[in-house]
Amino acid sequence: MSNKPFDWRATPGLGGFSLIVFLFLYAPLLVIVIYSFNVGRQATVWEGFSFDWYARVFSNRDMGVALRNSLIVAAASMALSTTLAVTAALSMRRGASGAGGKLTLGLILLPLVVPEIVVAVATLVFFSGIGLKLGLGNLIIAHTVFCVPFAFLPIQARLADMGSAVEDAGRDLYSDEWQVFRRVTLPLLMPAILSGAMLAFASSLDDFLISMLLADAGQTTLPVYIYGMLRLGVSPEVNAVSTLLLGSSVLIVLVALRLQRMSKAK
Amino acid sequence: MSSASRSTALLRAPVLLTMILFMVLPMGVAVVYSFLTNGAYGGVKLPFTTAAYLKLLVQEDLDGKLGFSPAYLIILWRSVLLAGLTVIISIIIGLPLAWYIACAAPAKRGRLLLLVTLPFWINTLIRTYCWVLILRDEGLVNQSLRRMGLIDGHIQFLYNDVAILLGMVYTYLPFMVLPIFAVLERLNGDIIEASHDLYADRWTTFRRMVWPIAMPGTIAGSLLVFAPALGSFLAPDLLGGGKRLMIGSLIQLQFSSSRNWPFGSALATVVSIGILLALFLVVRKNFDKVLGR
Amino acid sequence: MTTISRLSRTAVVAAVFAAVIGAAAKAEDTLHIYNWNGYISQAMLDKFTAETGVTVALDTFDNNETLLAKLRGGSSGYDITVASTDFVPLMIEEKLIQPVNISELPGYENVDAQWKETTWDPGNVYSIPYFWGVTSYAVDTAVYTGPTDSMELLFNPPAELQGKIGMFSSPTEVIALAMRYLDIAPCSTDAEELKAVDALLQSQKASVKIYDSSGILGRLVSGETVISQVANGEALQARLQKPSLKFVFAKEGGVAWIDNLVVPASAARPDLAKKFLSFLMDPANAALQQKDVGYPTAVVGTGPMLPPEVASAPEASPPADYKKVVSPVCSEEAAQKYDLIWTRLRQ
Repeated sequence: MSNKPFDWRATPGLGGFSLIVFLFLYAPLLVIVIYSFNVGRQATVWEGFSFDWYARVFSNRDMGVALRNSLIVAAASMALSTTLAVTAALSMRRGASGAGGKLTLGLILLPLVVPEIVVAVATLVFFSGIGLKLGLGNLIIAHTVFCVPFAFLPIQARLADMGSAVEDAGRDLYSDEWQVFRRVTLPLLMPAILSGAMLAFASSLDDFLISMLLADAGQTTLPVYIYGMLRLGVSPEVNAVSTLLLGSSVLIVLVALRLQRMSKAK
Repeated sequence: MSSASRSTALLRAPVLLTMILFMVLPMGVAVVYSFLTNGAYGGVKLPFTTAAYLKLLVQEDLDGKLGFSPAYLIILWRSVLLAGLTVIISIIIGLPLAWYIACAAPAKRGRLLLLVTLPFWINTLIRTYCWVLILRDEGLVNQSLRRMGLIDGHIQFLYNDVAILLGMVYTYLPFMVLPIFAVLERLNGDIIEASHDLYADRWTTFRRMVWPIAMPGTIAGSLLVFAPALGSFLAPDLLGGGKRLMIGSLIQLQFSSSRNWPFGSALATVVSIGILLALFLVVRKNFDKVLGR
Repeated sequence: MTTISRLSRTAVVAAVFAAVIGAAAKAEDTLHIYNWNGYISQAMLDKFTAETGVTVALDTFDNNETLLAKLRGGSSGYDITVASTDFVPLMIEEKLIQPVNISELPGYENVDAQWKETTWDPGNVYSIPYFWGVTSYAVDTAVYTGPTDSMELLFNPPAELQGKIGMFSSPTEVIALAMRYLDIAPCSTDAEELKAVDALLQSQKASVKIYDSSGILGRLVSGETVISQVANGEALQARLQKPSLKFVFAKEGGVAWIDNLVVPASAARPDLAKKFLSFLMDPANAALQQKDVGYPTAVVGTGPMLPPEVASAPEASPPADYKKVVSPVCSEEAAQKYDLIWTRLRQ
């Protein structure tokens, strides 16, 4: 019998298994990053190292506009959907078992359930029917709707987990509910809010179908633009812009984590 | 109204308003469309009719005869099957992975979670297309196999159901891992220790202690994977070679070349109701668990 | 308010602010074009901007129905778009495009006579052809060395081509080509003829590797498909990368199509649109288009300005007796029957 103490946390073979899964998850990403530096146009045939495609990305005006639009829409949808998600999650703490709670939960999860093309066409028809012309605002509204469930779920899970003990203690200290929220609940909830916000941002950035149908002149988003490029076969420019996106999202996440650690220390 | 329920209603109002106005109403439009008549070149026109729903089962054959045709049902069934397989494979891969992450040291946990969700930040389209690059005849896998001298020509990995499954599992895996991890994280280590102290082996411990806790997370994950997988069209189109339609592509087609908006809306309504029903049944049984109480 | 929420709030405000400023700055002299993917010459656009000072913003779509849905849905802001011939009459009727009287614009004298009195827009009041071409098939003569004069090769492939065929993913285009092969009139609703089309496509299916209208060039060049349904311009581009590819003008004929420049009714700057139309009617600029995209335009006299490999390209000159059949938009009854064939094919 081995003398190692039994550690139920370390399942044999699981580490190796997980490694393989991660390799699987990252294989395409590695392909994207590596071939963004490929001189040749034919992806997957390595011809030499070059920054050419990055230069092309930066001088591509239409792509720049698309990127700018995507970022604006994603940031705005993230802010709106996360706010809505927080209020909704808070409302679930009491009276969630009632009809109102079930209805709210159902409505929040609705976007996950309906095929995207239908949402896209229906929204186009609906917006044109009521004459809504807010430019990028149209896109922001549509994106906010499908980002809400992504923001909601982590926040809801965390809230449920927290229990009311800490807040009850907080109520002893602060008489105002708003104060309790601001100083007790919110800081505890912050990691979940952040992860919900990040999921929402990524979702919005990723959306293609709804953006393609709703976007008007000058409102093309990056995925729609890339879809156009991909129709002609994979271009290393696509790899370059994806690498840039990946790099910047890693950066954002690291910064967010750092800020969080800083605010915790306070 | 008590102050508590008033504040609940107030908190709930914005999200309800947003969803009803910008999600339910457009969906209502789609349902109305499914009962209208096909307009020329797309669009819809009056009169109201149930023709679109009828078309699912009965179509006019090439000689003009009306007859039952299973074509659409076959497509629907295949999509359900593939989506179901995607869920199962996601569980097989995702559950152990979530367990691994939950068992890791707290500092490492955060980083591992980050690693799992990071691919999500790259456009789904690009990630799916990358698999085309990797798996196609002149792709990376075949090139490497050839260089290693294992094969002479090429193996066709793409344009079949397995490739579609691969693409879908790849896209939706984080949706399975995260909910399962969320419940497993709260697992009380003492219970596990106690179970092992009582001479239970790993498998029994898993079956009796871990699984009941992981289950609601798995259910939530399954729904989060099944619904989009069912409506997915990128993986079947890019990786499946377009040889066999799935419901997502079929619906897409109705709004483009087939120019049959009512039928597309009808298909979507049927699919949505199906998923909603599944969601309702599951949520009803496990409502508290889904909410994490 | 915590640091993060304060920061993020500021970021959002800043972004929105930047967007507003950006939008305002762009209002002057920008031409918004809505076009098919990869269907325009960047060199030509750069020349346009250099000569007129007008900036060009390009958005893309990938099928006519998306364009139609957008225009019907009240899209505004596109000054120029490109619509296939079968959609132009509908757009005129639904007042989705505006009359621009191209015959009065400078440069009209360069337009080929055959495009001046078309059945869908006589006198070029609303439109002018942008590119036109023929869809047939291309085959790699390095792999298949036999005779290439018929579409039999595509629809009834010999052993070495089986499993390596590429077809379009658009039902109308695949069926149109099949009908041409069987010499059936377009938009036919005759039951026997349609059954023949159905049988033909079903029997071909086992040999087809992929149904995809995009990325054809990449697949032909890499050898993933050895024979593929393709339009002549894309075939030309492919041949320049892989000389053994041959575009075949089959004896059964091919499917001709014409894409047209039109100005949406809701265009913000129809004046800039007219400038652009004139610009494209100059043979020098039309030559740039033809060279970069591969298809002939409506403009004559581009020959001397094209590089030799494009000017003498076989893809641009079908034989005199080549049967080019333009497929119009078919009746609803026909559309439904074709949809049935297509669904059964891909079920």
